[in-house]
Amino acid sequence: MSDNYEPQSAVGKWIDKRLPLISLFSGHLMQFPTPKNLNYWWTFGGILTFCLITQILTGLVLAMHYVADANLAFASVEHIMRDVNYGWLLRYMHATGASMFFIAVYIHMARSLFYGSYKEPRELIWIIGVFIFLLMVATAFMGYVLPWGQMSFWGATVITNLFSAVPFFGEAITNWLWGDYSVGSALLTRFFTLHYLMPFLIFGLVILHIWALHVPGNNNPEGIDVIKGQDTVPFHPHYVVKDVFALVVFMIVFAGFVFFSPNILGHSDNYIQANALQTPEHIVPEWYFLPFYAVLRAIPDKLGGVIAMVSAIAILAFIPWLDHSKVRSAKYRPLYKQFYWLLIFDFILLGYLGAQPATGIYLILGRLATLYYFLHFLLVMPLVGYIEKPKPLPKSISEPVLSNEEQQAKANLAT
Amino acid sequence: MGTDKNRSSEETKVTRRDFLYLTTGSFTAVGVGAVAWPFIVQMNPDASVKALASTEVDLSPIMPGQSISILWRGKPVFIRRRTPEEITEAQAVKEADLPDPETDEARVQKPEWLVMVGVCTHLGCIPLGNKGEYNGWFCPCHGSHYDTSGRIRKGPAPKNLEVPKYVFLDDNTIKIG
Amino acid sequence: MYKFSLVFVFLFTSLVFAAGEMKAPMEPDWTFQGPLGKFDRAELQRGYQVYTEVCSSCHSMNLLSYRNLVQAGGPEFSEEQAKAMAAMFEVETGPNSDGEMFMRPAILSDRFVSPWKNEQEGRVANGGAYPPDLSVMVKARSGGADYVYSLILGYKDEVPEGVTLDDGVYYNIYAKNQKIAMPQVLYEDGVEYTDGTAATEVQMAKDVTAFLAWSAEPKLEERKRIGFKVIIYLIILSFLLYFTNKRIWRDTSH
Repeated sequence: MSDNYEPQSAVGKWIDKRLPLISLFSGHLMQFPTPKNLNYWWTFGGILTFCLITQILTGLVLAMHYVADANLAFASVEHIMRDVNYGWLLRYMHATGASMFFIAVYIHMARSLFYGSYKEPRELIWIIGVFIFLLMVATAFMGYVLPWGQMSFWGATVITNLFSAVPFFGEAITNWLWGDYSVGSALLTRFFTLHYLMPFLIFGLVILHIWALHVPGNNNPEGIDVIKGQDTVPFHPHYVVKDVFALVVFMIVFAGFVFFSPNILGHSDNYIQANALQTPEHIVPEWYFLPFYAVLRAIPDKLGGVIAMVSAIAILAFIPWLDHSKVRSAKYRPLYKQFYWLLIFDFILLGYLGAQPATGIYLILGRLATLYYFLHFLLVMPLVGYIEKPKPLPKSISEPVLSNEEQQAKANLAT
Repeated sequence: MGTDKNRSSEETKVTRRDFLYLTTGSFTAVGVGAVAWPFIVQMNPDASVKALASTEVDLSPIMPGQSISILWRGKPVFIRRRTPEEITEAQAVKEADLPDPETDEARVQKPEWLVMVGVCTHLGCIPLGNKGEYNGWFCPCHGSHYDTSGRIRKGPAPKNLEVPKYVFLDDNTIKIG
Repeated sequence: MYKFSLVFVFLFTSLVFAAGEMKAPMEPDWTFQGPLGKFDRAELQRGYQVYTEVCSSCHSMNLLSYRNLVQAGGPEFSEEQAKAMAAMFEVETGPNSDGEMFMRPAILSDRFVSPWKNEQEGRVANGGAYPPDLSVMVKARSGGADYVYSLILGYKDEVPEGVTLDDGVYYNIYAKNQKIAMPQVLYEDGVEYTDGTAATEVQMAKDVTAFLAWSAEPKLEERKRIGFKVIIYLIILSFLLYFTNKRIWRDTSH
């Protein structure tokens, strides 16, 4: 394996001397030394790239047929479903694709949290990731407004009204957002514009995300630094093929939704055209927003709820400093591991509560779950770092790999 | 590539390995190609456009020597009631003199009525009627001259003005499309 | 801990379903359910008849055109049949050469003719409750076809004690709070089927619901057909990639 790729053909050499594009791609997508012990949880980076590109491509062609006008939007989406050649396929791919994108991103984030991929020297990768997630949330929300069904309309109304919680300027800000005195055509058009723009911003951040990743290289399940050469393999073909294999398995699930249950992840009310005179009984966001929606509702104060919801995402950016344990992988952190699974359970519980009416037991549970969510990061993470006695780390990733059985035996003895 | 070092150790099984890689690679390529199709074909005219009605035109108000333009599939269609002189002139032309040889008889169903798409076959401008060196149509964009049968006679246009599908429903009504 | 959390979620989900406020709808066997399900042409054709002869006096279907009745995967009437069906309705068109709008028989490219000139007319004619458009109705209600079918058949002659109904409100066991602004419309032999099928209430409800399911999802058959091929392709590809991946990693200890 050589670090510097030399193009073979004359044309290749000519171009590469002037613009080293081929070397760049070869260095980062072909030869890049990658730890050889990455498990399948690491394939979600590639899967997410696929999701982003799929959303951009299907979105691009849908935009050729969609009309961003309050009177025409609903009918134009149905026009896509009924008349445009393969329009139904492209729309279902785009709508289901958003859900698949979030499934993948949540797994990707959970993997990072488990294996400590946010720790020194990878803090910036993680922080860029938080921004990508934030943009994804905004993009998905605006996209859900575009079909102009009842959920679109009332979701937009409720979420834009969050800004009215801002002291003094609340009303001015909402009117500015709406370009009107309520949610209407003006808002729909600007949401469409921004929904089209944001994926490209995400794309830009993804490039930074990968660039920042390729400075220290991948973390790995052991969470220890790799020795280049001995512990690494070139990205191509080892991880290209592995990632593509995982991607194809992911696509089977994706296709299962698109072709056999395309509407199961959506809400039936969104097939009712927006009606400003009638609010649906339960306004529920898309499933991937439910945990944050539960946080919003847990706080009995308008401004407080909004701040809590925003903080629930913003707090993630500070994790690299809240968790000061030097050990990255939760494999070697027995105590942290327990709390990690508690957090995962807490997050799923919040998601479940977000879909329930905010009354009685649900409200109490919602508050407890919200409390734990913040305590986990603000209190548990720093404290565990002090209290916990981590398991001994292997000297290199080749060690646990080579003596897997030996380790197993040790672990069995210990428990 | 990074696998260079391993190559020698695998040389013995090279055929089986290549077969697997080739199968996987080509199978993937087929899939990628198939996925591209919906993305391309979505730009074709959709079902609602294809279903758009054909246009019926009432010919009774048109006097000999007059013509009208109507819109069909977003393009103008010229319907001209030709005078006997124009008909004679159109029929007298020898095919050999034409850049795009076609008899007048082949271009009309009834000699009195000339029906054609009013789009210049050069670059899509709309020719002007009763103009040009051949008493027919003249395209102002790049100077193409058409005769009284709508055939190209002079200028950059390669073909005669297109005759759309139409039928006479009765003596005074035609249906285009 | 992890398993525990899953159990918890399941427990809660089942609790909530038990506490639902609406009666669970009937679940007849639909030909179009399941991964291989298709529409029954005769059923859709009868359903169209029920819609036109009964439902269409109050409910529009703005998203459908008469040409849809011909297209593959739908009722698949012949073009002549569909033209004749369209011609039974009149649409306003124009202006003519005098600048006047005029009426002409509908043709295949026309949308289904609405019973109302506008929403307000429909509202006034129905005591303030506008009969909703039915084009995507089956997708616009949770419960889908089962719910629509049950609702059509959910009327009971005897209103139980303790239930008071306002003017223009009817008792329906599948409606929310058992109250609905639509009266019962399907009665035995309400239509005379051209194919001779006995027009029982259940038959008509099933036919018209199937028709509405098709109108909500006209590409269902194409979707499942393509989906089947795609899944098979992806499974084969995943096997190929699995073995390729194994082969590539064979010489690396990891």
